[in-house]
Amino acid sequence: MQEVIFTIYESLPYILGGCLVTLACVSVALLIGLTLGVPLAVGQVYGAAPLRFFISTYVWFFRGCPLLVQLYIFFYGIFWPLFELSALASSCIVLGLTSAAYQSQIFRGAIEAIPQGQLKAARALGLRDSNGIGFIVLPQAMRLAIPGWSNEFSILLKDSALIYLLGASDTMARIHQMATTTNMHFAFSLLAGVIYFVITLVGLKLLRGLEQKIHIPGYQKA
Amino acid sequence: MHNENQFQATDSPAELAPAEATAAKSLSEEAAASRRDPALAAVNISKSIGSRLILDNVSVSLARGELKVVIGPSGAGKSTFLQCINGLIPPDTGQVFLEGQSLNMRNKHELRLFRQQVGMIFQDFNLFDHLTALDNVAIALRKVRGMSRQDSEARAMSELERVGLANRARLYPAELSGGQTQRVAFARALAMDPKVLLLDEPTSALDPELVGEVLEVIRYLAKGGMTMLMATHQMDFARALAHEILFMEHGRVIESGSPAELLAAGSGTRTLDFCSRLDLEL
Ligand SMILES: Nc1ncnc2c1ncn2[C@@H]1O[C@H](COP(=O)(O)OP(=O)(O)OP(=O)(O)O)[C@@H](O)[C@H]1O
Ligand SMILES: [Mg+2]
Repeated sequence: MQEVIFTIYESLPYILGGCLVTLACVSVALLIGLTLGVPLAVGQVYGAAPLRFFISTYVWFFRGCPLLVQLYIFFYGIFWPLFELSALASSCIVLGLTSAAYQSQIFRGAIEAIPQGQLKAARALGLRDSNGIGFIVLPQAMRLAIPGWSNEFSILLKDSALIYLLGASDTMARIHQMATTTNMHFAFSLLAGVIYFVITLVGLKLLRGLEQKIHIPGYQKA
Repeated sequence: MHNENQFQATDSPAELAPAEATAAKSLSEEAAASRRDPALAAVNISKSIGSRLILDNVSVSLARGELKVVIGPSGAGKSTFLQCINGLIPPDTGQVFLEGQSLNMRNKHELRLFRQQVGMIFQDFNLFDHLTALDNVAIALRKVRGMSRQDSEARAMSELERVGLANRARLYPAELSGGQTQRVAFARALAMDPKVLLLDEPTSALDPELVGEVLEVIRYLAKGGMTMLMATHQMDFARALAHEILFMEHGRVIESGSPAELLAAGSGTRTLDFCSRLDLEL
């Protein structure tokens, strides 16, 4: 028992380094997902038919295909042979593109939950649609979307455990390596579980705090 | 009014050179025409949704300073008609004129300019829920008029003062009563200096004890000469202030006339019949 604890203690700096890789990858992916997901959602709600078709095709592709398959297809088919992108960079992009598909659906739902009268009132004042959407609809929709977005964060964090299969040196890769070299599979699996749990917990607490911070006074509690 | 004063200040046309005289003449013709032209006219507006005809050749014309009231049973098409006028619902056919100028709704720029001059008040207020009362009024001044934050807030504050809500400026819509919310909506519309207001049952969503404060604002605007087209069920108000009542049913205006004509006891109009049933319900 002591030996196990000591081994884990010894390996902690190495494994926590992997946590940083995981965090970086998930942050970049969430950011890509956010910057693509919002316009995708706006396009899907307000866009013309061809645009809506393109967007729903995009969404269906990423939702309909296992993440691991996507990671392999993009890494071995495009990113590595054409651009010599590293496993980590490729993973960030693939996770980001997938997350964009899911996030777009979170934002679409939130936009559709905003009463139509809001955009109508903006239009009736002579605002451009871009301003009405950007300054009236989205600020309300983004607030509504935070709980769903938190969910997406926790799912993406755990999905990111797959990227070690491309050779990225994330938390899971280092756990796996330590587990095999020391033959302490159970202990290191447990450690991995604790690490992912703690990151999820902290992330969700932060998002919950954000939600409360930008809560609209007097508005019905979410 | 402005134009006339300017004209009196200049020399009389006879003393001007011929070219200037014609220019002055055409200007004064324009001024005369704009006095003759209705402030707002909607002509033969029709609208189908799916296979249902919701509006069937509905027309209205408002002289400057006129208040006309649209009444009719639920589903008659009152809201649809009002929203067809400013293109929130695009009409299938028909034309809209602002001070004699035809509006091409397909031209987005033209439509936005039109909407800046024709304010709208909604039944369920539609204040921007994430903005304070002050920002609700100020945002269009910034985004449409390009005013600075400071100027827009000063103007918004004076509009809130006009509706008696300066002390509520920092509150959010969810923190206001229904009557206050609707009054902020009036301030928001008035801040754009509209030539005409379209009002869609502005008091229908209010508790009875809050109706009065909103009617007070409309009365004040009517006295000030605001041109208004209002859908309402407030018959006493219509009787007292409307220049004309349009009675709508099944997407058509089936009766129109002054309140005195339509609501005279024993006149036997559909309007009178409808109103007496309204009174029974109340
Ligand atoms: N988006 C829509 N799709 C289908 N039918 C609609 C739509 N909007 C309105 N209608 C129909 O058009 C008709 C007119 O509706 P409208 O809201 O203009 O009536 P209204 O006179 O304003 O009624 P109310 O007094 O209840 O406000 C109604 O029969 C309604 O069912
Ligand atoms: Mg209506």
